[in-house]
Amino acid sequence: MEYGLDLEYSFNEFLKGFGLSSEIAHIIWLPLPMLLVLVAAVVGVLVTVWLERKISAAAQQRIGPEYAGALGVLQPIADGLKLLVKEDIIPAKADGILFTAGPILVLVPVILSWLIVPFGQNLLISNVGIGIFLWIALSSIQPIGLLMSGYASNNKYSLLGGLRAAAQSISYEIPLALSVLAIVLMTNSLSTIDIVNQQSGAGILSWNIWRQPVGFIVFWICALAECERLPFDLPEAEEELVAGYQTEYAGMKFALFYLGSYINLILSALLVSILYLGGWGFPIPVELIAKFLNLPINAPLIQVFTASIGIVMTVLKAYLLVFIAILLRWTTPRVRIDQLLDLGWKFLLPISLANLLITAGLKLAFPQFFGG
Amino acid sequence: MSIAITTQIICFSVLSLVILIGALGVVLLESIVYSAFLLGGVFMSVAGLYLLLNASFVAAAQVLVYVGAVNVLIIFAIMLVNKKEDLKPISDIKSRRIISTSICLTLLSLLIRVDMTNVWSLSSPQNSIGEESTIRIGEHLFSDYLLPFEVASVLLLMAMIGAIVLARRDVMSKDISTGLPVDQELIEKSSEPLLTNKN
Repeated sequence: MEYGLDLEYSFNEFLKGFGLSSEIAHIIWLPLPMLLVLVAAVVGVLVTVWLERKISAAAQQRIGPEYAGALGVLQPIADGLKLLVKEDIIPAKADGILFTAGPILVLVPVILSWLIVPFGQNLLISNVGIGIFLWIALSSIQPIGLLMSGYASNNKYSLLGGLRAAAQSISYEIPLALSVLAIVLMTNSLSTIDIVNQQSGAGILSWNIWRQPVGFIVFWICALAECERLPFDLPEAEEELVAGYQTEYAGMKFALFYLGSYINLILSALLVSILYLGGWGFPIPVELIAKFLNLPINAPLIQVFTASIGIVMTVLKAYLLVFIAILLRWTTPRVRIDQLLDLGWKFLLPISLANLLITAGLKLAFPQFFGG
Repeated sequence: MSIAITTQIICFSVLSLVILIGALGVVLLESIVYSAFLLGGVFMSVAGLYLLLNASFVAAAQVLVYVGAVNVLIIFAIMLVNKKEDLKPISDIKSRRIISTSICLTLLSLLIRVDMTNVWSLSSPQNSIGEESTIRIGEHLFSDYLLPFEVASVLLLMAMIGAIVLARRDVMSKDISTGLPVDQELIEKSSEPLLTNKN
C-alpha cells in the first residue's frame, strides 16, 4: 500500500536542484505542512461557523446571515474581525497571568493534535508511531486551561464552569480512549495511517463502522462531550452559568476559546471519519476503478487524482459529521449535570469496556475480519 | 547532522531550565494554585525530555497520566476547597526545616551516587528502538513485569475503596474516625455537625 504522492521527497529534490544541502531543504520544508494545516484548520472554522449560523437559522425557520457576501459567507470573517479589534479587558480582581494563559492552554493542544490527521497516504504532518494516542494525551491537557481560566476570572460562574468542564472531560475521556483502544486492537497499530489502510480493503464495506457500531456511537457521544457541544455544553450553560468559564473574557481571548472549540469540533469529526469511516478512502476502492479503466495506479496523473479524491473524501465525511453535530445542537435539550455524569460513568464506560472485551474475543475467533 | 544536534541541545537546555525553575516554584511559591499549575508545567517538560530521548510513548503516557489525570485532580481538589485562610505558625519550624533539608540532601546524594556509578551509554546507538518501544513496553508488561503491573492495579483499587469510604461516611453505621454510631436521618447534612452534635 506504499503508493501515493510523497511531496516532501519531491520538494527536497527540487530544492537540491538549486544546490541546497538536504538539511537546509528539510528545514525549509518543515514549516510548510504545519502552516498549511493551520490555515486549513482556520478556514475549516470559518466554514463551520457559517454552517452553524445557516443551519441553526434553518432549524428555527429564520434566514440567517445574508448581507455579508453571497448567502452570508463573509459573516464569520466579519465576526472574527470584530473580535480582533475589540478591547482586551482583564477584570480588575482577576489573576492576569493565569487569565491570559488559560485560553492559550485550551487552544494549543487542539492545534497540536492536527499533527496526526491524515488526508492521504503521505498527506499528514508527521506519521508518529504513537499516532492516535498522541491525540488522547493532548486532549487531556485542555481541562487544565479551562480550570485555569475559570479560577483566574475570579467569578463564581466562571469557577463553576471550569470545574464542570474538567469533570466532564475527565469522565468522558475514559470511554473515548476505550473505544479507540478497540480500533487499535483491530489494527495492531496506533498510527492513523495504518488505521485507515486497515479499512481500505473493500471500500465502504470494510469501514470500521460496520465492525465497531457500538464503539462508533460511544466515540461520537464522547467526542461531542469533549467538545462541549450541546447536549453536553454544561460548562457554558447560558441559563445557569451566564457563559461558564468564558464569562469574563472579551476580544481576542474570547476568540481563542471560540476558535479552540470549533477547531476541536472539526478535529473530532475528522477523527471519527478516520477511525470509523475509512478516512480518505473512497466508498469504492480507487484501485478497482483504476483497474476497471485499465489505468496504472502508479501513473503520476492518477496519483494526483487519488490524492485529491482522498482530501475531498476526508473533508466531506468530516463535514457530514459536523452537520450532524450542528443539527444535534439546535434540536436537542441540554442534559443535567447528574444525567451527564451518570451517562458517562454508568452507561458509556461499561458499554465501552464490554465492546473492548467483545472485540478482543472476535479478534481471536475471526482474525480475518477483525485484524490478525 | 549538526543542525539536529544543535536543536537537541537547545531543546534540552530549555526543558531543563523550565523543569528546574518550575520545580523550585512549586516548592517556594506561597500560592498553592500557582504551585499546582507549575507542577503541570514541570510534568509537561519531563514529557518533553522523554520525547528528546525518542521515547514518544512514554512521553504521551506521562502527559496523559501526570498532566491529564494527576495534575487536573490536584487542581480540581484545590479549587473545590479553595479557602483563603492564614496558616497557623508552626512552633518548632526551625528543627523541622533542618530535618527536611537533611533528608532531601541525603536523597540528592543518593541520586548523584546512582548517576556517577551507573553506565549510561548504550553499547551502540543502533540498539535504541525508537518507535518500536510501544511494542516492547507491552511485551514487558505482560511477561516479566506482569506481577508488579497487577500489584499496582490492586494498590489503585485499595486507594479507590479508601476514597469511597472517606467520602461516604454517612452510609456506615459507625463513624470510622470516632467510632460513634451515625445518625442515619442526618445523611443529607455534612458529616461535620454530625460528629460534634453527638458529644
